[in-house]
Amino acid sequence: MSENTIRTIDRDVLAAETSEGAQELQTRPATPTEELGREVGAVLRLDGITLDPSNVDAERFDDETMIINMGPSHPSTHGVLRLMLELDGEFVLRTKPVIGYLHTGMEKTGEELSYVQGTTNVTRMDYVSPVINELNYSLAVEKLLGIEVPERATWIRMMMSELNRIASHLVWMATNGMDLGSTSMMIYGLRERELILAFYEKTAGLRMNLNYVRPGGVAADLPDGWQDDVLVICDTIDARTYEYDQLLTGQPIFRERLVGVAPITAEEALALGVTGPLLRSTGVAWDLRRSMPYLAYDEVDFDVIVGTYGDNFDRYAIRLQEIRESIRIVRQCIEAMPAGDYRSQDPKVTPPPRARIGESMEALIHHFKLFTEGFHVPAGEVYSAVESPRGELGCYIVADGGPKPYRIHVRAPSFVNLQAIPLLMRGGSISDAITVISTVDPVMGEVDR
Amino acid sequence: MSLPAGAPDVLTSEALNADVVCFPTKDQYVALVAAFKNDGYEMCADLCAVDYLEHPTRALPDGVVGTRFEIVVNLLSLSKRSRVRIRVQAGTEQPEVPSLFSLYPGTEAMEREAFDMFGVLFSAHPDLTRILMPEDWEGHPLRKDFGVGRIPVQFKQGPGPR
Repeated sequence: MSENTIRTIDRDVLAAETSEGAQELQTRPATPTEELGREVGAVLRLDGITLDPSNVDAERFDDETMIINMGPSHPSTHGVLRLMLELDGEFVLRTKPVIGYLHTGMEKTGEELSYVQGTTNVTRMDYVSPVINELNYSLAVEKLLGIEVPERATWIRMMMSELNRIASHLVWMATNGMDLGSTSMMIYGLRERELILAFYEKTAGLRMNLNYVRPGGVAADLPDGWQDDVLVICDTIDARTYEYDQLLTGQPIFRERLVGVAPITAEEALALGVTGPLLRSTGVAWDLRRSMPYLAYDEVDFDVIVGTYGDNFDRYAIRLQEIRESIRIVRQCIEAMPAGDYRSQDPKVTPPPRARIGESMEALIHHFKLFTEGFHVPAGEVYSAVESPRGELGCYIVADGGPKPYRIHVRAPSFVNLQAIPLLMRGGSISDAITVISTVDPVMGEVDR
Repeated sequence: MSLPAGAPDVLTSEALNADVVCFPTKDQYVALVAAFKNDGYEMCADLCAVDYLEHPTRALPDGVVGTRFEIVVNLLSLSKRSRVRIRVQAGTEQPEVPSLFSLYPGTEAMEREAFDMFGVLFSAHPDLTRILMPEDWEGHPLRKDFGVGRIPVQFKQGPGPR
């Protein structure tokens, strides 16, 4: 056997072992018409007008284009996103995201965990904004239980989720900077985020995946002197957003990569179910905090930031401005933070304080029941949604009266937003593809769950 | 609770967090969603499946025959700021419902996920392949009769002779 033959066999074996078969981007003759339309980003043509596959890129022939694979281990894919691109020279004709490389069956896990334990599961989905995941889950469970949380808990939740939004957008600023060659921004973004994580650690004991927001309230009260800590965070980051402005917003190279690149229209975004900064960049002022208020968002002042052109630069500008808006909300939370309980005093939901267990039989029983079996949730189904930094984060829970959810489904904004990628990529170059992935901001833990 | 004009006559019921929960039959399903779309529900926020293997006799409005699989669709109206939920009984042995792809292209990935996780077929879906699991995976993991994986615990026995 010559060396060449061995190589051929190896390649076939490798291809067979790593191929995802029909999930991958197929050649044009093997692609159904609707799917071809999706891959070239012809979203709205699906309505009524038939798409003629022979008319799409009619001047290009299969042997002039090439299908290449990008990812799943590519530094700019923010995790394990795999994109298959059909290229004409350097320009993208078709795109298909192939996902599932981080799938860990979290929805199945959620069915095995009690409602008490559930927050530890959902917090790991979108690991860049864990508090908002916990919040969404807790709101859904509370809706099923029909319990009210104290006002202080509501405001703590709101403050913590806004801090989380700042941290998440800072991570986005950092990774986006890195993708576009501005490595200083990466260091600055992560440096500022560290302030928030340090405050999380002080409050909840953990920097990420806090398990801080729980059904019934939050896990711990804010630490002494928290106002000063949060004020320092607000002042520091607020001032530094203007440094980012100086560093990036007007910078010619940065603008060249973003302005006018990969636009999307409002109709396309709505048809695809895209939410969050992507939708707002098209000029649709849709923010669940404003449009369908939860917590106490109807009691604070903030602006919903919208763009005009739906291009990369709008998405950048929206996120930068949203950091400032979130800081505004956090400042109002400091002012308005009510006194009182930080969690519901319903003993069926909230574990008793440690000191009570030693002296009260009832407290001991409640504690034991809560942490062995968990509380029972009346049968029913609920969909609740909050605005995560990436869009509408929804949670659909079916309860059957037992201590574990019968079915828990999380509507992950990144999962849906990914569908806009073929549309955004079409016609751009490969270097634009990097910026598109970056400004769509998918978190793969949430996409794959 | 009022259905949009042109909607088929479907059963509805109050729910906790939605304005309307509709229970169309499989034949009424697409017509109902189309009626909602024309009525200003611009976005299909969510689509997922539920396996009611352990609860065949769950609470449903009179006249709805519960099947094992159910598809739950959440539509969102930005102009009216309201949501509506649609639950369609997909079948027991070979669950299949029409795809919403031609109405809301954004349901493509969600329907693929429901197919991958539950084995519910969506007719006229452009690319009904697995999305999260590997292509050669057997079974549909979120079904209730699909066992939960266990990682064998090591070190339970003694370390053995050294």
